[in-house]
Amino acid sequence: MARALINVPKTVKRGEIVEVRAMIAHPMETGYRVGPNGSNIPRDIIRRFACTYGGEEVFWADLHPAVSANPFFAFTLVASTSGTIKFTWTDDVGKTQTASAEITVS
Amino acid sequence: MHEGPLRVHGRLVGRRQLLRAGMTGLLVTSLPRWAIARPSLDEAIRAFTRGADVLDGRVRLDLPPLVENGNAVGITVAAESPMTAGDHVRRIAVFNEKNPEANVAVFHLGPRSGRAAVSTRIRLASSQVVVAVAEMSDGSFWSSRASAIVTLAACIEDLS
Repeated sequence: MARALINVPKTVKRGEIVEVRAMIAHPMETGYRVGPNGSNIPRDIIRRFACTYGGEEVFWADLHPAVSANPFFAFTLVASTSGTIKFTWTDDVGKTQTASAEITVS
Repeated sequence: MHEGPLRVHGRLVGRRQLLRAGMTGLLVTSLPRWAIARPSLDEAIRAFTRGADVLDGRVRLDLPPLVENGNAVGITVAAESPMTAGDHVRRIAVFNEKNPEANVAVFHLGPRSGRAAVSTRIRLASSQVVVAVAEMSDGSFWSSRASAIVTLAACIEDLS
């Protein structure tokens, strides 16, 4: 499976706004490029990116071919409770990949 | 040699008229298929807002004015909002003017986001305008636009 890089702070104060960053290795093939044999290269993109915090979905994105290869997202979350922050990427055929990190709220 | 005007369906067609028709046909067929099929920027925004009015302001779209490589253009969209349960940004959408598809991405946020700010990297097929639209929890839409000059375009290069 593709390599995913995530960045979540390990320990934070309660109520603090933390920045999380996530990136996955993926070609995000647009479907508009022409291959060496003259026919279009079929589309293959990540269609949905989601982030859950303590089981609740707190951020998600619907993606289109205009998102660059190796899609990268940076956004913020309010540190409420210690728990797992989980990232899920879903591609055109419904295949998913996940990555997760633990956050400790003091 | 016959030099007079042509007769098509009983109508006289002059040489200039014929030339003009030919040129238009050539122009249409030389355009890539997506250039005709894609909805305009305004149509795409209207589809997102379902016809609601879009106001200027409350959103900031950071886009480099001069882009060397259109394959990865870093953008940041931030909206002014307290991000509380009663008043927050529900969605942020990014649209472009000249790519094969008008949509770039739609981000869903909520009160647990803390701040309405998202960064990502996008593709730009040519020098164009990029628009960010934010939907607030009260149902209002706010937008910001920025334009970029692209030196190396995305989506265009062939692998052959």
